[in-house]
Amino acid sequence: MSNPTDLKYTASHEWVKLETDGSVTVGITQHAQELLGDMVFVEAPEVGRKMQAGEECAVVESVKAAADVYAPIAGEVTAANGQLGDAPEQINSDPYGAWIFKMKPDNSADLGKLMDAAAYQAHVDSEAH
Amino acid sequence: MSEFVSRHNGSNAQDVQAMLNKIDAPSLDALIAQTVPAAIRLQQPLHLADGMSEHELLTHLRGIAAKNQLYKSYIGLGYYGTVLPAVIQRNVLENPGWYTAYTPYQAEIAQGRLEALLNFQTMVTDLTGMDIANASLLDEATAAAEAMTMLHGLRSRDDVAAGKNSFFVSHECFPQTIELLKTRARPLGIELVIGDFKTVTLNDQLYGALLQYPTADGSVHDYADFVARAKANNMTIAVAADILSLVLLTPPGEWGADVVFGSAQRFGVPMGYGGPHAAFFACRDAHKRSMPGRIIGVSLDADGNPALRMALQTREQHIRREKATSNICTAQALLAIMASMYAVYHGAQGLRAIARRVHQRTAALAAALQGLGYSVAQGVFFDTIKLLHTDNVKVHALAAAARINFRYAADGVGIALDETTSLADLNAILALFAAKAGKPAPRLSAEQVAAQPLRFRERQSAILTHPVFNAYHTETEMMRYIKRLENKDLSLTHSMISLGSCTMKLNAASEMLALTWPEFADLHPLVPQEQAAGYAELIEGLNAALCEITGFAQMSFQPNSGASGEYAGLLVIQAYHRSRGEAQRNVVLIPSSAHGTNPASAAMCGMDIVVVKCDARGNIDVDDLRAKAEQYRDTLSCLMVTYPSTHGVYEESIKDITAIIHACGGQVYMDGANMNAQVGLTNPATIGADVCHLNLHKTFAIPHGGGGPGAGPIGVAAHLAPFLPAHPLVKVGGAQGIHAVSAAPYGSALILLISYAYIKMMGGRGLTEATKMAILNANYIKESLKDHYATLYSGANGRCAHEMILDCREWKKAGVEVADIAKRLMDFGFHAPTTSFPVVDTLMVEPTESESKAELDRFCEAMIAIRGEIEQVITGQVDKQDNVLKHAPHTAQRVCANAWSRPYTREQAAYPLPWVRDNKFWPAVARVDNVYGDKHLVCTCPPVASYA
Repeated sequence: MSNPTDLKYTASHEWVKLETDGSVTVGITQHAQELLGDMVFVEAPEVGRKMQAGEECAVVESVKAAADVYAPIAGEVTAANGQLGDAPEQINSDPYGAWIFKMKPDNSADLGKLMDAAAYQAHVDSEAH
Repeated sequence: MSEFVSRHNGSNAQDVQAMLNKIDAPSLDALIAQTVPAAIRLQQPLHLADGMSEHELLTHLRGIAAKNQLYKSYIGLGYYGTVLPAVIQRNVLENPGWYTAYTPYQAEIAQGRLEALLNFQTMVTDLTGMDIANASLLDEATAAAEAMTMLHGLRSRDDVAAGKNSFFVSHECFPQTIELLKTRARPLGIELVIGDFKTVTLNDQLYGALLQYPTADGSVHDYADFVARAKANNMTIAVAADILSLVLLTPPGEWGADVVFGSAQRFGVPMGYGGPHAAFFACRDAHKRSMPGRIIGVSLDADGNPALRMALQTREQHIRREKATSNICTAQALLAIMASMYAVYHGAQGLRAIARRVHQRTAALAAALQGLGYSVAQGVFFDTIKLLHTDNVKVHALAAAARINFRYAADGVGIALDETTSLADLNAILALFAAKAGKPAPRLSAEQVAAQPLRFRERQSAILTHPVFNAYHTETEMMRYIKRLENKDLSLTHSMISLGSCTMKLNAASEMLALTWPEFADLHPLVPQEQAAGYAELIEGLNAALCEITGFAQMSFQPNSGASGEYAGLLVIQAYHRSRGEAQRNVVLIPSSAHGTNPASAAMCGMDIVVVKCDARGNIDVDDLRAKAEQYRDTLSCLMVTYPSTHGVYEESIKDITAIIHACGGQVYMDGANMNAQVGLTNPATIGADVCHLNLHKTFAIPHGGGGPGAGPIGVAAHLAPFLPAHPLVKVGGAQGIHAVSAAPYGSALILLISYAYIKMMGGRGLTEATKMAILNANYIKESLKDHYATLYSGANGRCAHEMILDCREWKKAGVEVADIAKRLMDFGFHAPTTSFPVVDTLMVEPTESESKAELDRFCEAMIAIRGEIEQVITGQVDKQDNVLKHAPHTAQRVCANAWSRPYTREQAAYPLPWVRDNKFWPAVARVDNVYGDKHLVCTCPPVASYA
């Protein structure tokens, strides 16, 4: 599966989608779910929480690892994906559909600091070595 | 050398020669010279006497036992006399089928103890009235500390932002519990508010509270008002509870507790002068992911049958490292199993009868003492009372003459009864107090005792309704139940358990025999020290031997596990820096190859962790270490280092490494997990360490008990000795000792006997010989497997230390995982080596000195056969999924089924090599589904219908 080109990416393997209303949706990448393996638990941030870029805000757990999810940019959480509570495996089957939370950026220009699909792929390749 | 050395070490001279030939080493000493760097070799042999024979040892131990004085102890404070049912003593405690097993990570060959531990969790859940329980913690006091930190971690983000950082502790808690809380609160910046729950003002800084039920003095308080006040103040509540009292008292889970913990000791586990005992810990379902310790869960196997496993392992320190909820790894599995068996054997009715009897005797005693004019402090009590305004000096004199121990408090005398207290004992106590009062002694009759009503409202909720607690109440049934579970588990009674870093060596029967002698088993940890002269001699003897072995000045036996030892050692280092006015030294360097417990322990000490890189050969990157040590020159506290490294290599640069740390003002903490490769050849002091812990359950022959007990004493160089842990009730440790790290002054004193016996029988020469044999065995395996498995790291001369890492990463591309190899080994009757530690997708093999050449050969044959099966997958001769590796392990049920559609034969599945037929071990279940278990967490015994 290749990384969708309409998304932005972080070095810590979150994907970020800018929605038409100016909010952003966040999930973890195909590469991240592959590394973690079968998901068993997702803890999303509470709605209304204000976060700095890089702040730990969610946890994804597989049988063999637990990983923190970081806020890609500064902003406020506006929604959490409740479906993942009962079906965390959606992150494995559809990583770019199974969003974890949505946020309202403090400054949408911050998105410009994130990687595009090609840069992210290069980042993944470099980590493999 | 003593005859015992040849019983302990696995191979005779002829086999040793054959192995040396195989690895192309001219002699054992030449191999050691090629393996252990000359710069760190000891110049002198160990200054320890030659070993005793097994018979001599037992005579010697009888002499020591005779120096312990067995008084009747009514001291209480978390330790009580108990009757260990003989059927449990003989079939569990004294049975290597139970005590030599490892932690049940390989669930398919551990269903027996997993079931026993699930019973433990079910028992605890029932008795506490909580939702979920873990499979034991180290002791009650550390469980209290775990509760305090767990509730601290559960604070809301708003509370954290508001700086809510205080924890209320009722002053009626056990003193050793309060002490542990002081130890653990300080590094985390938690403020303790110790006081009276009735009068304390609950301010907005308090996040939680700890209550004791019944209290140290014995009072059973109604905490309802306090709990309501605390909840209104947005606080969480932890309750330390007495497990036997919970049989009759309304459980804390029914009056608002968020965490309930305590000791399961009095369910059939001897006091043993302080331990080992299992602590229990239960919480609300909502908080299960924050619960410390190992949790057993119910899942399914590959055939859809129920199967047990350790659940939610991602919380544990080996995965979460410094973000783990706790550093706890070793639990008290064997003791939890014994306690659960006690409940299985007695059932709800039996436990009620025991609890009622103890309570009624206490009630009758209290009434009779009041009749003699004494004032009893407790209005409501279970089994403990305090007499106020007594003349303690006089009572003490009379009690000493009658060989009775009470608890002497500033304001009176405490008396705690237990299930061993007989009517005659009651009358002896009464006679004593009558004599003191100058009155005739009343005599209680059995009828008078039985007529005592309960002094509280009996709990209304049912306990232990599950069939497992209602089916095995005769000795025949109980014996068979225990055996049935034992038969599901692979232990050292079957075959070698080659777990790297775990040192599964022989636990000799003669080392274990004295554990159940009453002079050792039945001593309360707080008896006057003159009654424990035998223990004092034993502990001092072990201290002297371990100081000789480590090169250090003093040991502390308080830590109950390796992780607890790490924590204690780091606190000692912090105290040392503080004493020199260098409290700012708080940076700990930890190599990336370190065991996850190291960073977890450092985090609990509030230290700043800086990771040091490893080079391509797995060694610490000295340049990186130097750069970081110098970067943090002013704030460097210490380095944590394992030696030989977790990669199974004696790093040549170790002395440079420790010198760099010292030059920058830091201390060196050595993780003693690999001490089995040092004893008699080198030692922590020689490599430049200042403090280390020893896993007595690895190097010094204490069995693993299926996941505990452990013992993690620390040794220190002279400059750190003043800071060794103290204890609030017994004088131990250094002059400026840190607060206690365990409930009991000497930790798990009882099992120190095992290590003492091991060292006494091996002697200095035997211990050194064992280290050499461990290294020979590892290099023999490495050589035997070299055409089939690459060893990841070797030393300068191509030798490994006492263990080696086998590289399995390449086969992942073909779909063969290291787990497939681990599970396939079960079909050959072997427990897997350590998987994916310290390098993902590898196996770490440690044979120990106790395995024979014949056993090593069998293991290698199995590994080579499996390598052949892997090759068939790689070359496409067999399907990537539908193959003998992926379907492993194979159960008897599956292999004997009428239908067989697998593309390999039943014979290949179950009897892959001819010798497997001689000693076939059948895994109880097929491969366990980990994902299902973690998604559908069930941690109590499932209804029987689900087994249908």
